[in-house]
Amino acid sequence: MPTADKATKKGPSLSNSSILPPLDPQGKLQLYRQMLLIRRFEEKAAQAFQQAKIKGFCHLYIGQEAVAVGTISTLTAEDAVITAYRDHGHALARGMDANSCMAELFGKITGCSRGKGGSMHFFSAEKHFYGGHGIVGGQSALGIGLAFGQKYLNTGRVTICYLGDGAINQGAFHESLNIAALWKLPIIYVIENNGYAMGTSVSRSSAGDPLVKRADGYDMAGIIADGMDIDDVRAKTAEAVNLARTESLPTLMEIRTYRYRGHSMSDPGNYRTREEIEKYKKFDPILLYRTRLLDDKVTTDNALEAIDKEVTAEAQAAYDFADKSEEPAFETVYEDIFSPEDQIDEIPRRNLPL
Amino acid sequence: MQVITYREALNQALSEEMERDERVFLCGEEVAEYDGAYKVSQGLLKKFGPKRVIDTPISETGFTGLGIGAAMYGLRPVVEFMTWSFSLVCYDQIINNAAQVRYMSGGQFSVPIVFRGSSGGGLQVGATHSHTPENWYANVPALTVITPAFPDDAKGLLKSAIRSNNPVCFIENEKLYGYKDEVPEGEHLIPIGKGKIRRAGNDVTIISNSGSTHRALAAAKLLAEDNIDAEVIDLRTIKPLDFDLIAESVVKTNRVVIVEENKPYAGWGAQVTYEIQKLLFDHLDAPVNRITSLDVPQPYNGKLEQSVLPNEERIIAGVRETLA
Repeated sequence: MPTADKATKKGPSLSNSSILPPLDPQGKLQLYRQMLLIRRFEEKAAQAFQQAKIKGFCHLYIGQEAVAVGTISTLTAEDAVITAYRDHGHALARGMDANSCMAELFGKITGCSRGKGGSMHFFSAEKHFYGGHGIVGGQSALGIGLAFGQKYLNTGRVTICYLGDGAINQGAFHESLNIAALWKLPIIYVIENNGYAMGTSVSRSSAGDPLVKRADGYDMAGIIADGMDIDDVRAKTAEAVNLARTESLPTLMEIRTYRYRGHSMSDPGNYRTREEIEKYKKFDPILLYRTRLLDDKVTTDNALEAIDKEVTAEAQAAYDFADKSEEPAFETVYEDIFSPEDQIDEIPRRNLPL
Repeated sequence: MQVITYREALNQALSEEMERDERVFLCGEEVAEYDGAYKVSQGLLKKFGPKRVIDTPISETGFTGLGIGAAMYGLRPVVEFMTWSFSLVCYDQIINNAAQVRYMSGGQFSVPIVFRGSSGGGLQVGATHSHTPENWYANVPALTVITPAFPDDAKGLLKSAIRSNNPVCFIENEKLYGYKDEVPEGEHLIPIGKGKIRRAGNDVTIISNSGSTHRALAAAKLLAEDNIDAEVIDLRTIKPLDFDLIAESVVKTNRVVIVEENKPYAGWGAQVTYEIQKLLFDHLDAPVNRITSLDVPQPYNGKLEQSVLPNEERIIAGVRETLA
């Protein structure tokens, strides 16, 4: 099981005591519900992919649910979230509607990006969800832009920018960490270390262990959390969010997690063993939280079963909604390219080729 | 009317737009304390302070992505590349993020940003620092590409670009920073997507942009001594193209020479040539001629470099060939 280590030494120190107010039973069940919704949604997406209703790439989040749900649960609704291509979980955790997410996977006009983004490019301006980005590490530079905007406009808001362990070897990531630290931007970088950069294990792709040590070079706070334990994720993230919000300082988090499914639906998975996957399933974040809720007598087996039924129905409803939704009309191919002008005359555009 | 340099015209545009809208900020290498590598941002730090005129580390990907993210958040960044040649380092940010985010988000996010900086050859700075990337960016849907040749356009187009709600590649020319001309004071907006006839003529239409417009005008002057009356169109905006202006001229002259500093293969002139043959075929008395840079990397040696650029001799020869 991945272990939660102490924060690294360099950089601003993070408080040791939890700054999160305790959750009431309702709040705890809400976390459980969100994690389970993501799982059922992803299972449904996998099924739809096998039925060829979803095409192209489809990167599933199963196994990593506690990371998105735990981290986002420490934010306000106005804080900014941006992530990479494995974005379904973050979108749902941010409160985006399962119907519009599934419809996007189906490429339908009712999708959250009108069928133009697909699996890797979910967006919601309303939910302050800035995507869904397909090029590994590229979103880390956009993240400092969001945090810069938040600071420039004195919003008091913060940004969480997610990336995978593979992305930490991209130049964009290092340039962004440097600027975030230099300019004191209110951003939390979350490395979701699921052990594999696509099919290349961390030990074969990233020098230096733990990965969070990379914060040291930039005098940035660094912190490790156990991504299979949502309470640990929440406690550690809350410290980083607090540092960003109160002192406008960035943090690098390494959250150790595991994905059960392949990198994408077309992944043969020959770089790891069946046994390894089964081992991690014993530390499943949803199972772990379920056991804790029952042990702590927060709820009952029946109540948790009812939640499962609800979210299973929600995922099915999303599937049905997506399936029944219309394809985008051809005319939409020329829409959403340019924003209308309001400070200068409209620029005369032409649809090429002639 | 004030007579100022291309550099000063750009500076005025920046200063006026920053004064007008607090969401506008400038970032890039050496833009603040150094006053700009080419002094385009001279005095802006003093005037607007370090919150809005920001020196960046040498991290094109980082600060370009920052600008795009800030634009998505509602600011109106001006990102300076010391030279557009360095934009190759952040091609991904410009193309995959600035130019695709609106489309990929189904129209939810706007990216009101200006990328600007110097470009072009002729200063013996070698192959890595002499690019003219307008055709590279013009190939990307959703990008607007502007290449001013004169100080008045530099000012008026930069002001329009900053007010646009869309990502604009504003490609200046290093050799023109010291060029002086009349520029209106205060509010002066040039519409994006409109070319301009810089010399009227009847015998041949020369279509050019940026530094090449000056070469074309110089060649036209020499041709006039030989009673060849060339019309010179400065496109100003490469994309979208002002085809109406081109058509008006070609219908009159029936002969076209394109002068561009792009390398020949898929330079912007290839697109213009395609459109002319497609839409004005019956009006042509000769094949469209293109005078481009030679299809070689930029050499350091001064004489060699001049021979690589679309120089006056090659333009004149091209015009004579078209008229023959």
